[in-house]
Amino acid sequence: MAIELLYFAWVREALGRDAETIEPPDGVETVDALIDWLAARGGGYAEALADKERLRVAIDQEFAGFDAPLAGVREIALFPPVTGG
Amino acid sequence: MTPDIRVQKEVFDPAAESAGLAIDGAGAIATFTGLVRGDGGLVALELEHYPGMTEDALRRIAEDAARRWALSALTIVHRVGRMVPGERIVFVGAASRHRGDAIDAMHFVIDWLKTDAPFWKREEFADGRSGWVEARADDIEQRGRWSGQ
Repeated sequence: MAIELLYFAWVREALGRDAETIEPPDGVETVDALIDWLAARGGGYAEALADKERLRVAIDQEFAGFDAPLAGVREIALFPPVTGG
Repeated sequence: MTPDIRVQKEVFDPAAESAGLAIDGAGAIATFTGLVRGDGGLVALELEHYPGMTEDALRRIAEDAARRWALSALTIVHRVGRMVPGERIVFVGAASRHRGDAIDAMHFVIDWLKTDAPFWKREEFADGRSGWVEARADDIEQRGRWSGQ
């Protein structure tokens, strides 16, 4: 099933885009596996997504962990730790 | 009590926001106004957010505060977009019958905003440098002190 990916802050800048729609292949069943699959695209993806310690995730607009499953998910956002206020 | 939550580009007036919190039953109003600091030659601060998620996240923080303390009103205003030093960036105001609840709720919300609301800051300096503000360990620590309550 297609998933909408959203990117914010330096992740957005490094990838040169703020959103895209992807169709994860069979076997990519968690956020963790999805990030590895995206990073394997090389270029800005490899660089921006290599260090998961620097990334945070929201699934369908709720903060989530890297072990979260992709089944039934519509929107995933990848971004740095937040710095508001 | 329905919290008043706004994410906006427009400037806000802390005095007007504070006056709006003075409703029946309030014996105390505690407010916090955050300003853009001009440290180290900073000329501008750009605030990015996650449209769609931001207001829900703020609403959950506000509802959590309302469960923990007896509040008669709560307002959160957070600006996004480009700001210069001295501009107001965030307002949190809590009203309660008693000062302790108002002060603690305001403090709790502002600590949570730093670590749990989807905002990112990008700094621009006079010498041309620019970059994203890194999350700070002491912000995480500040938030942590509320977890036991």
